Amino acid sequence: MDDMRIVERQLDQQELKIKADNVQVYYGTSHAIKDVSVEIEDKTVTAFIGPSGCGKSTFLRCLNRMNDTIDICRVEGQILLDGENIYDKKVDPVQLRAKVGMVFQKPNPFPKSIYDNVAYGPRIHGLAKNKAELDEIVEKSLRRGAIWDEVKDRLDAPGTGLSGGQQQRLCIARAVATEPEVLLMDEPCSALDPIATAQVEELIDELRSNYSVVIVTHSMQQAARVSQKTAFFHLGNLVEFGETGQIFTNPVDSRTESYITGRIG
Amino acid sequence: MPETHIQTAFDRDLEAIQALIMKMGGMVEAAITDAAKALETRDEALADMVRGNDKAIDELETRVNEEAIRVIATRAPTAIDLRTVVSVMKVSGNLERIGDYSKNIAKRATVLTQMSQIHDTAPAIRRMAQAVELMLIDALDAYIKRDAKLAEDVRLRDAEVDQMYNALFRQFLTYMMEDPRNITGCMHLHFIAKNIERMGDHVTGIAEQVIYLVTGTLPEDNRPKNDRTSFQKALEE
Repeated sequence: MDDMRIVERQLDQQELKIKADNVQVYYGTSHAIKDVSVEIEDKTVTAFIGPSGCGKSTFLRCLNRMNDTIDICRVEGQILLDGENIYDKKVDPVQLRAKVGMVFQKPNPFPKSIYDNVAYGPRIHGLAKNKAELDEIVEKSLRRGAIWDEVKDRLDAPGTGLSGGQQQRLCIARAVATEPEVLLMDEPCSALDPIATAQVEELIDELRSNYSVVIVTHSMQQAARVSQKTAFFHLGNLVEFGETGQIFTNPVDSRTESYITGRIG
Repeated sequence: MPETHIQTAFDRDLEAIQALIMKMGGMVEAAITDAAKALETRDEALADMVRGNDKAIDELETRVNEEAIRVIATRAPTAIDLRTVVSVMKVSGNLERIGDYSKNIAKRATVLTQMSQIHDTAPAIRRMAQAVELMLIDALDAYIKRDAKLAEDVRLRDAEVDQMYNALFRQFLTYMMEDPRNITGCMHLHFIAKNIERMGDHVTGIAEQVIYLVTGTLPEDNRPKNDRTSFQKALEE
């Protein structure tokens, strides 16, 4: 496919950011992820699609060890971030999650002011030397979250007082405030209206120039719009992984085709 | 892959557009036959009918495009569905052009009835038209059956039509050299043969769309071309 975006991508030769090898995930006895190997490139938006319960969110959560918090969850295999195994005992999950940020499906602002929601991460990671720098980070992050104009006059108001869509954009601002290298997004727009969705998608595309973004979405059109690579999961298997244009015009696997065209599969 | 969408209305939309293509195909097939027949039997009334029917073909093309655009806007088709919608737009364009060529043949047939017959060239032209019509029938059949093999076969058969055109080209040249009074008639006959040769190219285009629809890629190899008249010296000076 001579998609313009590919041509663009081939120009700035992609580096590998995350490499997953034969990853298996079990919840107790249930085998949720079956032998998934995938390579996620830097400066690329990768979309995970698939029916509910196919394992895409589970796999996404493996990428910053969010599954550690679930007792019955067991992860096997290897996930390398910049060549280092993130499941190595030496790796501090808190440091890892500063590098691999996450935005969830349901907005979950801290019960603090809008300002403190965004300033929290930079503060604990010591990213700002003084108040002026912190102010700058907060403003920049809120702008990137496409919410600055709506909240600039009430930064002291509680984050929980915002509307659902605004809360989600606040969470995105919070996630980008620590300048992560990888941003994981689990259905980030399911609670947003079309305008806010477009703003978030624009933000995702902007983030792509510096970071690697992995997004789980149920909206096929969103995956097609924002991603350069698409992975289709089905029943815990990675069925097909390829260039987004190819997946949406000429998928190789019939299960992918059934799913994206809305046929019973 | 299961044939039906979860949203059955999507299936109905796609079927409706493809039904329009088939209707258009039937009309275009008739136009080719009738135009060639009008030429051979010097039937002015039939030629007029072909010219009149072209409007309906054009209107169908417009409708196919409108419906396809509506499906793109409302259903955001992907994969096989997207290829279906894109292919109907291209196929309807090809069919519309074939219809135009038939109309042009009918127009020239009307002019030719006013002249004395030049040798016995009409049967050869009718055979050529028949070959193209059979190709079109097979191409549309391949479309409905999603049969890439049949489409490939159609695509290769265009070489025969090119050969028929070459033969006619030489024949007309000879007649014109024999007697300059033949020039006007032969020029019309030559344009008719050229029109049929072009129809063959459009049928080939339809066959290629079938291959794209089924496989997701257009055939890459250059199909054999046998129209060499552009290189032929007009007269042995």
